[in-house]
Amino acid sequence: MSALNTHSRLEKILKAGHLGVTSECGPPRGSDAEEVKKKGLLIKDYVDAVNVTDNQTAMTRMSSLAACIHLKLLGIEPVLQMVTRDRNRIALQSDILGAASFDIPNMLCLSGDHQSFGDCKSGQNVHDLDSMQLVQTVRYMRDEGKFLGGDAIKRPPKIFVGAAANPFADPFEIRVPRLAKKIACGAEFIQTQCIYNIDKFKEWIKRAADRGLTEKTFIMAGMTPMKSVGMAKYMKNKVPGMDVPDEIIARLAGVPKDKQAEEGVNICVEHIQELKEIKGVSGFHIMAIEWEEKVPEIIQRAGLYPRPQV
Amino acid sequence: MRLKIPANFRIIRVPCTGKVDIIHILRAFEKGADGAFVVGCMEGDCHYNEGNFRARKRIEQAKLILDKVGVGGDRVKMFNLSSGEGPLFAQYAIEMDNKIKELGPSPIRLAKQKKNKNAA
Amino acid sequence: MIIAKKKPIEEIIGEVENFDRILILGCNECVTVCEAGGKKEVEILASALRMNFMAQGREKTIDERTLERQCDHEYLEEIRADIDKYDAIVSLACGVGVQFAAEKYLTMPLLPGVNTVCLGANEDRGLWTERCQACGSCILARTGGICPVSRCAKRVMNGPCGGSTNGKCEISKDVDCAWQLIVDRLKALDKMEDYEKVAPIKDWSTDRAGGPRKVTREDVKI
Ligand code: SF4
Ligand code: SF4
Repeated sequence: MSALNTHSRLEKILKAGHLGVTSECGPPRGSDAEEVKKKGLLIKDYVDAVNVTDNQTAMTRMSSLAACIHLKLLGIEPVLQMVTRDRNRIALQSDILGAASFDIPNMLCLSGDHQSFGDCKSGQNVHDLDSMQLVQTVRYMRDEGKFLGGDAIKRPPKIFVGAAANPFADPFEIRVPRLAKKIACGAEFIQTQCIYNIDKFKEWIKRAADRGLTEKTFIMAGMTPMKSVGMAKYMKNKVPGMDVPDEIIARLAGVPKDKQAEEGVNICVEHIQELKEIKGVSGFHIMAIEWEEKVPEIIQRAGLYPRPQV
Repeated sequence: MRLKIPANFRIIRVPCTGKVDIIHILRAFEKGADGAFVVGCMEGDCHYNEGNFRARKRIEQAKLILDKVGVGGDRVKMFNLSSGEGPLFAQYAIEMDNKIKELGPSPIRLAKQKKNKNAA
Repeated sequence: MIIAKKKPIEEIIGEVENFDRILILGCNECVTVCEAGGKKEVEILASALRMNFMAQGREKTIDERTLERQCDHEYLEEIRADIDKYDAIVSLACGVGVQFAAEKYLTMPLLPGVNTVCLGANEDRGLWTERCQACGSCILARTGGICPVSRCAKRVMNGPCGGSTNGKCEISKDVDCAWQLIVDRLKALDKMEDYEKVAPIKDWSTDRAGGPRKVTREDVKI
């Protein structure tokens, strides 16, 4: 895994054997780029790259690619998230080239939440490719230097490609096989769903390691600090594919309301510290939804700061 | 005491209310009826198990349709009673009779009368 | 079969408002089985429309007829002799029947009386569910006999997506996750190793995407 395929700093850090750190930034529901820039600058020095979400929860927002460009121009390395919900293979390939033209070096391939969750419930969805096939497409364009149609690409995109994984999703028996499939499709890094059930996550990554999968990809553990016990309950009951153990809820409920956010951050830091020691964990993806200002603190307290210079 | 059954309606016998279809109800109104009620066995006592449940659903459908075409769903109702309950039958008939009188003649009957008058 | 759903009566009333002589035309096939456009539904709709206009003191001719099939020249011909009696036809056939009738009777307004929903099965009394989207290139052999094109809300070829929860799809607790069903079937068939085969990018040119589809069979042409 040592040869570099792109100019991605994230790739360099992971391949040098350091724990990678990424965070996330949601583009605004408007055309003012200042919001993205502000969020980006807040975490710039604490992370290796910043994911930019693509019309997350199917809510129409500023395009992920445009927001990535704003970050890139500030010297922040973006991870372009791209969902297969909204674009067919022509648009996907063309946006990949567009991203590469700005030297955006990372991509995360997703299927995207169903449009019924968002503000365009009566819209069509595309799903010409699925997320695994999108991973394959980026790899094909990069490694073979060709379009899906077979024609050669002038200056193929140099993009480090990732996919998402949910260690807790159903059906249980395919959690690891599904990861294997994503790796077989060419996923070089994996960012997981938010982890609260540490034991279950360890079990998953152990099984992945037993199959040799952790040698073939970099698994970045997804972390989201809880702001309150209300948020924890909501995540447990309302968000599909989320596993929040009762201990977490009890622990948050056990402190006064004005201390819950602090306790949420404590839990997050402890979890990172615990997982740092686990074989197969290559880094952390910290998603502090609309709470970006907490990211530097979490990263410092978890002992992930300063970031290595590569 | 014997209750007197109102004389202004016709009884149509069916083997089971499960035999009554939406169209039978609609036809009654199309022909000028001011109201219709269906009397089935007690729920759970149907000889064919679910005949009276089917009837209930169909009556609901007929009500909806009658509402939408301006005749009025209130003119149809389903009752359940067991075979020995003659007085209750009479009571339901009176109840229905009063209800229909309150609602007045059906717009279909009025339209038909008007047409006949014009023709005469 | 083709699954259809009755259109709301008020919508049909609005459509026929300006016609005086109307034929309600049912079909004896799929729409009869799914109780949306057979003889019974024709009778009900016709009676309801007659009453609607009668109640307004308006007089219209509203006749009833149900053909063996509306997607067939032979049966559609049966109404040719009477066609001049009408100003409009409300067809309770699926979209195919409505169009076939429209093509045959060029100057006759044809109004759909049902919404054509999907290709599906009668899962239970009063319950019809989708099974196929006629993608033109069937992959059921690779997916344990369960179709991800029609039954997965994102038609994921290598599923499930991250939203699958307790066997249900992320869009609703009332919808089975197609990929849970596929995995269950592969397990039952003892073919879980097939799960890890990556499904190739699908050729959608045989699907709606490729334009109107056509089957030509030289061997059966005369
Ligand atoms: S794969 Fe295509 S043809 Fe086969 S059942 Fe699904 S939609 Fe129909
Ligand atoms: S939950 Fe299952 S059926 Fe629903 S979109 Fe995801 S994979 Fe498809």
